[in-house]
Amino acid sequence: MPQGRRPSAGLLAPYSIWAALFIVVPLVFVAYYAFTDNSFAFTFDNISRFFTATSVVDGQEVRTYMLIFWRSLKLAFISTIICLLFGYPLAYIMARSSEKAQKIMMTLIMIPMWMNFLIRTYAWMTILQDTGILNGLITAIGLRTVHIIGTESAVVIGMVYDYFPYMVLPIYSIMAKMDIKLIEAAKDLGCNNVSTLRRVIFPLSLPGVLSGITMVLIPSVSTFYISQKLGNGKFFLIGDAIEGQFVANNLHFAAAMAFILMVILLVMMAAMKYFTNRQVYGGSEA
Amino acid sequence: MKTASKIYTALMFLFLFAPIAILIVFSFNDAKSLSVFSGFSLRWYRELFNDGPTLQSVRNTLLLAVSAMVISTVMGTAASVGMYRLRNKAVKATLNTVTDIPMTNPDIITGISLMLMFVFAGRIFRLANSLSFWTMLIAHVTFCLPYVILQVLPKLRQMDPSLPEAAQDLGCTPTGAFFKVTLPEIMPGVITGAIMAFTMSLDDFVISYFTSGAGFQTLPIRIYNMTKKTVTPKMYALATIIFFVILTLLMISNLTDTKSEEK
Repeated sequence: MPQGRRPSAGLLAPYSIWAALFIVVPLVFVAYYAFTDNSFAFTFDNISRFFTATSVVDGQEVRTYMLIFWRSLKLAFISTIICLLFGYPLAYIMARSSEKAQKIMMTLIMIPMWMNFLIRTYAWMTILQDTGILNGLITAIGLRTVHIIGTESAVVIGMVYDYFPYMVLPIYSIMAKMDIKLIEAAKDLGCNNVSTLRRVIFPLSLPGVLSGITMVLIPSVSTFYISQKLGNGKFFLIGDAIEGQFVANNLHFAAAMAFILMVILLVMMAAMKYFTNRQVYGGSEA
Repeated sequence: MKTASKIYTALMFLFLFAPIAILIVFSFNDAKSLSVFSGFSLRWYRELFNDGPTLQSVRNTLLLAVSAMVISTVMGTAASVGMYRLRNKAVKATLNTVTDIPMTNPDIITGISLMLMFVFAGRIFRLANSLSFWTMLIAHVTFCLPYVILQVLPKLRQMDPSLPEAAQDLGCTPTGAFFKVTLPEIMPGVITGAIMAFTMSLDDFVISYFTSGAGFQTLPIRIYNMTKKTVTPKMYALATIIFFVILTLLMISNLTDTKSEEK
């Protein structure tokens, strides 16, 4: 009998139908709402509103949504880079520790991950508030209080804190599996620590770095809770804009922004994948 | 470990745990202040346990998470077996791509996309309230399914394909071979998938936020509504309880891990 080639259709059917109905069709609806007006007539207005709508900020006329969008990208990139700079050494240290220490550190990394990110963000709100713990400490040692809540820095702190474990874990899991002989070989062949890191460890860990970047960048760029809590509301990211239009029942414009965000993220991810593929499979052979 | 690495690691974990420690300490604070600890009290825990809507939202969250877990585990395991047996490359590639979508798309887009479809369906069927427990359940099953498949499919690929064949040669029906041979073989993946589905559902806020109706609140949505207006230490009490539940669960799972390895 040919090996198990039979009734796979019956097993696949429920999931295929489910995925078509609840994954694919909803995305079609995003596009449909994005390109229609309230009476479902075709229009480009929602899309063009995103690129052209203006408002006055500090006496200057600005492109409202373009400004919001660039700010979201900027803060998400800053947070991702900070997570990578601090997370990579931690992942490296973890992967090189004893098995018992690795297990303990894994558990420690996962505890904050399992706590809801609303609570984690909220914790920072209490710390960073003008009358919060940070300013309490600062005044206790005799310095003048700082105003952080409501600024871009507060939002970056929140993003870094919330998504830091998502950077560490994928890099760690790649590094823990890495063949130690490759590192020894590099050292035998005359590499010092820095060049071993640059020429062996880092290229091999790139897939982990890539998924870490993805796992931090995507939720950061689309968040709305972090900016609502730590940005004090007056401060808008693209996620806030989408959520705001949803609350105001402006579903067509919300869909248009979601559509644009989705397209831009797809392009970014494809570019990043292309780049790492070349680094990992093309570049190292040269 | 060298001293420098030790200090670095300690600093990173200090950064991760200091905010949580602060929440826990201030959950026992007598006053409402966030920076001054004025005395030990269980006042906020009492208030929390007298807060009907919050307790109801905990029950709702568990009901939703268990339902989503059961449905997505059964459907996802069946789908994995189907995908494993599939020979048609084009169909396989399409299914893989579609399965990846909920994992790579930002939650806000998954949430908005489902909400738009539910609202549209509600208009067609002239429902007054198109969002309810059922729309949330659909949404949760949808984002849990890929995680179940991600866990089960590799286990199928690792399995020796001659095992279920042998069972059938020895007189098992295909269904019998699946339940007697294949399923026990892939069980670790099924269990991990189920646990992941359960925790993803428990933890989700963004997708729930867009697909929930007015009548059905989960705990994350309740937390969102509680933190909307003002800072309340009741939240700290809740966070503290959640922290210790997670800590206990992780420690139990770690202990059982070490035990099974020692055998």
